[in-house]
Amino acid sequence: MTENNSKETILTRTPIPEQDPAKRRSNFDEVALGYTPEMAMKEAARCLQCKRPLCIDGCPIHIPIPQFIKAIKEGNFEKAIGLIKTASFLPAVCGRVCPQEDQCEKNCTLGKKAEPVAIGYLERFAADYAMQNRNGADVKIPKPTGKKIAIVGSGPAGLTCAYELARLGHKITIFEALHDAGGVLVYGIPEFRLPKRIVAHEINLLNEIGVEIVTNAVVGKLITIDEIMEEFNACFIGTGAGLPKFMGIEGENLNGVYSANEFLTRANLMKAYAFPEYDTPIKIGKRVAVIGGGNVAMDAVRTALRLGAREAMIIYRRSANEMPARKEEIHHAFEEGVQFELLTSPVRIIGEDGWVKSVECVRMELGEPDKSGRRSPIAVKGSEFKIPVDVVIIAIGTGANPILPQSTRKLALNKCGYIIVDEETGQTSREGIFAGGDIVTGSATVILAMGAGKKAAKAIHEYLMHI
Amino acid sequence: MAKILEKRLIRYPDVFYYRINAPLISRKAKPGQFVIIRLHERGERIPLSLADINSEEGTISLIVMAVGKTTTEMSTFNVGDEILDICGPLGQPTHIQKYGRVILVGGGFGVAPLYPIAMSLKEMGNEIVVIMGARSKDLLIYENEMRAVCDKVLITTDDGSKGIKGVVTTALKQELEQSSANIVMAVGPAVMMKYVSETTRPFGIKTVVSLNSIMIDGTGMCGGCRVSVGGKTRFACTDGPDFDGHQVDWDILINRQKTYINEERGSFEAWKKRHVFAICE
Ligand SMILES: Cc1cc2nc3c(=O)[nH]c(=O)nc-3n(C[C@H](O)[C@H](O)[C@H](O)COP(=O)(O)OP(=O)(O)OC[C@H]3O[C@@H](n4cnc5c(N)ncnc54)[C@H](O)[C@@H]3O)c2cc1C
Ligand SMILES: Cc1cc2nc3c(=O)[nH]c(=O)nc-3n(C[C@H](O)[C@H](O)[C@H](O)COP(=O)(O)OP(=O)(O)OC[C@H]3O[C@@H](n4cnc5c(N)ncnc54)[C@H](O)[C@@H]3O)c2cc1C
Ligand code: SF4
Ligand code: SF4
Ligand code: FES
Repeated sequence: MTENNSKETILTRTPIPEQDPAKRRSNFDEVALGYTPEMAMKEAARCLQCKRPLCIDGCPIHIPIPQFIKAIKEGNFEKAIGLIKTASFLPAVCGRVCPQEDQCEKNCTLGKKAEPVAIGYLERFAADYAMQNRNGADVKIPKPTGKKIAIVGSGPAGLTCAYELARLGHKITIFEALHDAGGVLVYGIPEFRLPKRIVAHEINLLNEIGVEIVTNAVVGKLITIDEIMEEFNACFIGTGAGLPKFMGIEGENLNGVYSANEFLTRANLMKAYAFPEYDTPIKIGKRVAVIGGGNVAMDAVRTALRLGAREAMIIYRRSANEMPARKEEIHHAFEEGVQFELLTSPVRIIGEDGWVKSVECVRMELGEPDKSGRRSPIAVKGSEFKIPVDVVIIAIGTGANPILPQSTRKLALNKCGYIIVDEETGQTSREGIFAGGDIVTGSATVILAMGAGKKAAKAIHEYLMHI
Repeated sequence: MAKILEKRLIRYPDVFYYRINAPLISRKAKPGQFVIIRLHERGERIPLSLADINSEEGTISLIVMAVGKTTTEMSTFNVGDEILDICGPLGQPTHIQKYGRVILVGGGFGVAPLYPIAMSLKEMGNEIVVIMGARSKDLLIYENEMRAVCDKVLITTDDGSKGIKGVVTTALKQELEQSSANIVMAVGPAVMMKYVSETTRPFGIKTVVSLNSIMIDGTGMCGGCRVSVGGKTRFACTDGPDFDGHQVDWDILINRQKTYINEERGSFEAWKKRHVFAICE
């Protein structure tokens, strides 16, 4: 503990400045504004520099947390980013979207008695600082190994795998189905949580180290995995879990009903919020209902508000405690005026002339805890009621996209269509083909996808250097 | 980036033929599939069917009818210009086999994607009848191409200026009454495909239609293209675009196609204004 720290500063974390809720609910600028160098140094000074830093265990990619925080405390921001980049390829992204409260910060020793160190905010600060000052860890590319590796999908799993392998001197080609690289980072997570210029900046680094990104390339259609394996020495599949689920209730195909993926893709990837300057339209509801309680639902509802909806609400069948979204996101949504219809489940969507008019819901009660330990909701008989809305967004989860598995011979899948891999290596049922991220685990997190990409990179490297 | 190698006006003033350099796509593409293009940074993604595939030259052909903002803007693209993004081939190819006697029904620009299908069917030794319809004789496209491949060509025009006076279903019904068919395939506006399916239903003849719902990614990620077939939700971009016409819920498809009518009109008007401006300057 540093002497010049009062007890007070140790206990409470340095708050991060945020855009005023009343203002931000109508713009797409970032909500959290980031630390100034002074704030960062102040926050960094709270870290106890534990001998046995549990925070690192909580980080799926094992960033040397106390070390980089020490560098920030000393005002040596370049050193800080250098340390982070030894472990992470997307610090500006993770510092923003990682569920830190469940990972590094959850384990923080300081967190036992007081608020944990704001590891995520500090990581973000170091990354942004490096970006603004255009330095940071310049990656030296070693002698080419002569091995060629194909990466399918440019989400966090694929990007990380590419980065790690390129740093070892392999020649990497990424195949991406969409016209921009980044996966969910560009089509799903909204601008106000993760500005697209940041993703672009991080991806640009890959170009600088010689990674080739081929966009508009749907593997399974334009080229198959089997053809890839003829041309490349190994392959990593990181195609994500992007297949939207619907509820199968009446009225789901009415105009004005979206999957969260469609709504967010229109808004983010296609920039429909700038329609008609950008050509892709989107329905701006007057009253918008988003069904679901996860991060995706929060992103959709907050996007709907920003597009100009007068009212936007979450319809969720359990109570606030069970909501899988990050506390911070729920809080932000609440501050922005999002309404919450909790313990409520939609039973059908009612239309008029082909357009959504209302959603009929039923109230729910929480029963006994189920297998997952969450109390399962039970419908209350006779409690049906209608909520008038003109846009409904369904955010109840996604599944595995079948295009790639269907076109690949002998790739073992589980019964839900996810690729089966070896825990340790990411190796699939086929030699030389590895996989990781959401296509293996189902929808998870950015950092877990990165962790999987990194693990697979290591295994691919070992595999290639031994054949 | 895909360069336009050839452009032709095939029907005044709004239907254009493009031959585009796309070697990788041409290598894989099959009749019945489509591509999604984005003209420029601000553009939307729109699906267009393959009207011809030439893997030796590494080109694909598209036939585009200028109906709104994006297709009209595309009509201003000329030989040498580049289309920013072209993604494909998407969708399942049309199932080609030896059926026997096949009736193809094309409405509007729908005749164009039927052309590569007709060629493949012919190679498999099928007897092909094509019924092509338009409002009036000047609006017909691809007649000569179709005549070169098909065994019988029936033309219908609403105003009777050529062929049979009436709509495609008039000719289809006559044809089915006179001599049968093993399968019917229809490509064109949803309403036309709906009535084609209604016409063949009493005859119990399998009818394959190519559904044109609104799309974005074309990879099964957004669900925007969903259609209801046989009571189940299917994605036109990955499960289709070909489906059994007798199972399609046409009203849902036709309704969903109108989702952005107001927005589309506004955006087109704004574009036209900007565009006229550019010409005046
Ligand atoms: C709206 C939203 C908000 C989220 N918020 C958070 C958050 O705050 N924090 C967090 O940690 N996680 C969040 N997640 C989850 C996180 O984004 C994912 O877990 C993560 O992106 C998975 O990474 P991935 O690399 O496995 O796949 P993805 O990011 O899904 O990328 C897969 C890529 O592969 C491409 N692809 C698919 N099929 C093919 C093919 N056949 N050929 C070529 N390319 C193909 C896709 O186009 C895509 O670009 C969120 C997810 C969503 C949808
Ligand atoms: C599988 C498929 C194949 C197609 N093949 C051809 C073709 O070969 N030649 C051709 O001229 N047209 C084709 N279309 C239709 C073409 O995509 C639309 O005409 C085009 O998107 C209209 O865009 P716009 O901006 O010019 O007009 P808009 O005014 O924006 O739209 C006019 C109408 O086109 C439809 N449409 C609009 N946006 C989309 C979209 N993103 N996806 C699908 N439909 C949309 C809507 O029903 C709309 O009302 C095809 C559509 C599909 C789904
Ligand atoms: S990457 Fe995520 S889990 Fe790891 S230190 Fe950063 S914020 Fe924490
Ligand atoms: S556990 Fe917390 S206090 Fe300890 S080193 Fe990690 S961040 Fe610092
Ligand atoms: S166009 Fe998005 S799922 Fe078909």
